[in-house]
Amino acid sequence: MAASEDNKAELLEHARSLVAHLEANESEQAGQVLDLMTELRESELFQEVGQLTRTLHDALTVFRNDSRLSAIASEIPDTQDRLQHVIELTEQSAHRTLGAIENSLFLVQELGQVARDVGGRWDSFRKRELEAEEFRGLCRDMDGFLGRINDDGERLQSELTTALMAQDYQDITGQIIRKVITLVKDVEAGLVSMIRLSDQAPENPTAADRKKEKTDRERLEGPQIPGKETDGAVSGQDEVDDLLSSLGF
Amino acid sequence: MPVSLDKNMKILIVDDFSTMRRIIKNLLRELGFNNTVEADDGNTALPVLKRGGIEFLVTDWNMPGMTGLELLKAVRAEPELKTLPVLMVTAESKREQIIEAAQAGVNGYIVKPFTANTLKEKIEKIFERVHGEKA
Repeated sequence: MAASEDNKAELLEHARSLVAHLEANESEQAGQVLDLMTELRESELFQEVGQLTRTLHDALTVFRNDSRLSAIASEIPDTQDRLQHVIELTEQSAHRTLGAIENSLFLVQELGQVARDVGGRWDSFRKRELEAEEFRGLCRDMDGFLGRINDDGERLQSELTTALMAQDYQDITGQIIRKVITLVKDVEAGLVSMIRLSDQAPENPTAADRKKEKTDRERLEGPQIPGKETDGAVSGQDEVDDLLSSLGF
Repeated sequence: MPVSLDKNMKILIVDDFSTMRRIIKNLLRELGFNNTVEADDGNTALPVLKRGGIEFLVTDWNMPGMTGLELLKAVRAEPELKTLPVLMVTAESKREQIIEAAQAGVNGYIVKPFTANTLKEKIEKIFERVHGEKA
């Protein structure tokens, strides 16, 4: 570049005279040359900073004028909450599932143990090895065992339903992550257009860029994030029921 | 008055997440409904509905392709299907959306996450009303 070649020649000249002044012990002149060199350096720096500032300013103007970009910027903190919520949901679900499995395993192990005990004595009874008193004991235990199968069977079913329901996180987190992916894509597109614009004068958004009529899918909010609920969102099924019954449902 | 539900009625479950379809299918099975079919959005559900035989529709709202609300509107616009009971099970929880679904003719609305008991209650309520209207 011609400008920096000029600068180089000028700097070299100054450097030579600086060495000459220093060797001649002319400290005052050496100081003046140093000042000149500093000045030269600073003006170059100022030019660069100026150019950067202008680019940044232009980019920011574009950013501010593009409603899509400002909407994205305001959504970023929200995205952190969304992803945090995904972590919480998956964690809760894992614990609920593991809890249900642990409870189920305990029930099954206990039932198995009683079954082996009663089964062993039942075998003895069939081989006619049981005394009358022992048989009465076996009958009592058998009664208890059958009742227990019934009760524990119900408990098992409820634990398994808990494990089943705990999988609902996948749908909810999937919806949240899809929204974040859309946002990341928008940010990428926004940054690309910013880079493109930083070399040119900012353009006015064309009519096509302006907000189109949103489709049904685009205006859906998806799962609410705790503490970040949007206005007009219900807090749960009870409110849905109240609202619908107020509408005559 | 408790109504006896036809446990053999054919139910179509529409959700884009296969895990949620499995959950609903299993919950319905627990309630005694074993005759279920599945679709992953409105576009795949509508032809199934038009072929006939579906007696109850359980649908999500937010799905790629055709959304649940669009599906509901399409169902209500179809002379053969306009009285089909429709239950919406969705994460959309804005009041205006619930009202919109109600106006489009939904028979029940459940917000996710939901419990097995909520599903049972809503299904019973829907069919109580459907039978009441027929009587």
